[in-house]
Amino acid sequence: MSLLSIQDVTVRFEPKGKPVVLALDNVSLNVEHNTFSVIVGPSGCGKSTLLRLVAGLETPTSGRLDLDGKPILGPSADRGMVFQSYTLFPWLTVRENVMFGPKLKGLPKSEYEDIADRFIAAVHLKGFEKSYPKELSGGMRQRVALARALANDPRILLMDEPFGALDSQTRQLMQELLLEIWQEQRKTVLFITHDIDEAVFLGDEVHVMSARPGRFKKTLSIDIGRPRGIDVLTSPAFMEYKREILSLMHDEALRAQMA
Amino acid sequence: MNTSSLFSPKTEISRGLYIGLSISSVVAVLLVWCLLTYGGYMPPDFLATPVEVLRAGVEQVGDLSLFGHMGSSLTVILSGFLLASVLAVPLGILMGSFRAVQALLEPITGFMRYIPVSALIPLLILWVGIGIEQKVMVIFLGTFFQQLILISDVSARVSKDLIDCAYTLGASRGQVVWRILLPACMPGVMDNLRVTMGWAWTYLVVAELVAANSGLGYMILNAMRGLFTDVILLGVFTIGILGLMTDFLFKWLRQRLLPWSADF
Repeated sequence: MSLLSIQDVTVRFEPKGKPVVLALDNVSLNVEHNTFSVIVGPSGCGKSTLLRLVAGLETPTSGRLDLDGKPILGPSADRGMVFQSYTLFPWLTVRENVMFGPKLKGLPKSEYEDIADRFIAAVHLKGFEKSYPKELSGGMRQRVALARALANDPRILLMDEPFGALDSQTRQLMQELLLEIWQEQRKTVLFITHDIDEAVFLGDEVHVMSARPGRFKKTLSIDIGRPRGIDVLTSPAFMEYKREILSLMHDEALRAQMA
Repeated sequence: MNTSSLFSPKTEISRGLYIGLSISSVVAVLLVWCLLTYGGYMPPDFLATPVEVLRAGVEQVGDLSLFGHMGSSLTVILSGFLLASVLAVPLGILMGSFRAVQALLEPITGFMRYIPVSALIPLLILWVGIGIEQKVMVIFLGTFFQQLILISDVSARVSKDLIDCAYTLGASRGQVVWRILLPACMPGVMDNLRVTMGWAWTYLVVAELVAANSGLGYMILNAMRGLFTDVILLGVFTIGILGLMTDFLFKWLRQRLLPWSADF
């Protein structure tokens, strides 16, 4: 059985006095245990809405979502999320931010402190435990956000364009760091992006979405060995995947422009 | 064109120049005051000289009467302000983040904030009498509704992502309110308490308009009857200095209590 199953999900927004928006149209998707799945699509295709449905932050107009065979009815600690915006709690230090979830779970102090220190080390931020978010750069904040989500030991990690606000060098480093951590943990990840390079570099599977109304156009299995380093980015296989997704996305971008 | 001169917008100047300009503006006002009084352009009944004001100050400090007035005024202002804040902070936070609370409070708040407090004094006298309660109520009414609107705005601007993020970390609704919404509002709450404290001072004379026998506002009104402009000015300066001090107090408290907050 798949870890996450999305079946025939439709989301329709009906804002008052404005035309109805069909954000997702009959979308189905399965995410298998311990895989890194990426959804790539043009902006406004509803991919963020899909992730928010999985997080339980929104409810579909119709269709069903299951995690471990149980329906998703609302947000819960078993689905951790890293947002594109900076969502560290500014009044908590780095360590307190990372401890937030484990502490809510009622773990003993020694245990959640251990967990926090382990994940702060994993994102290479040892020495910043007592810093406040305002003292950190954008890349560092997203590393803490990643550590905080992982420290809560979710069944699946949802990532909504987490590196979208970072400059391209920092973004590349963050992708490598994410893969490094993923290599050890093999946590199931559902990652959303509009960046094709990012999708191919990170994913086991890349699901390409169409412009609004969002549907899945094609799923590619990325057959590139792990661990992946930056040399992958210039390999022929990488280029081939990129070319295919690019042409799929280009049609969609055009369609989105016309619409 | 030089875009970093004294006359270009948004250009930093040296600290020395800044302090120098600040002092010179105060000195300029003092000079104009001296010129008007000692130069004989203003009759003494209209404007007392700086030395007369100073002398009135020394006298009232000497017999401790100035401190008596300060004590009464501070009691009125702090009571009214604290009462307003204790109610407005929680209500404002709820109003900005819960639509139902907003629907309940918005019509009354929106209406009341435009009513001048002085217009309510006759009713206040009828309802609560002419004691200190009436004066405290003037300060309360003058600040409460303004605080409510300002703090509800702070609460409404708390990022939804911050709240969603807490949910995905396993927080319940109650935990989101106490552990996310409340701390996230604190910098804005402190800023607005500071601003409304300033407004509370401006209501002081109105509060002490009716049946007062002490207080800085009373002192000013009483001195007006005898055209004692030196005492009037002494009262005005005392209010200004006390107001400035409470402002610094709030600034200091914010830095001490909320060191994590980005902007001071």
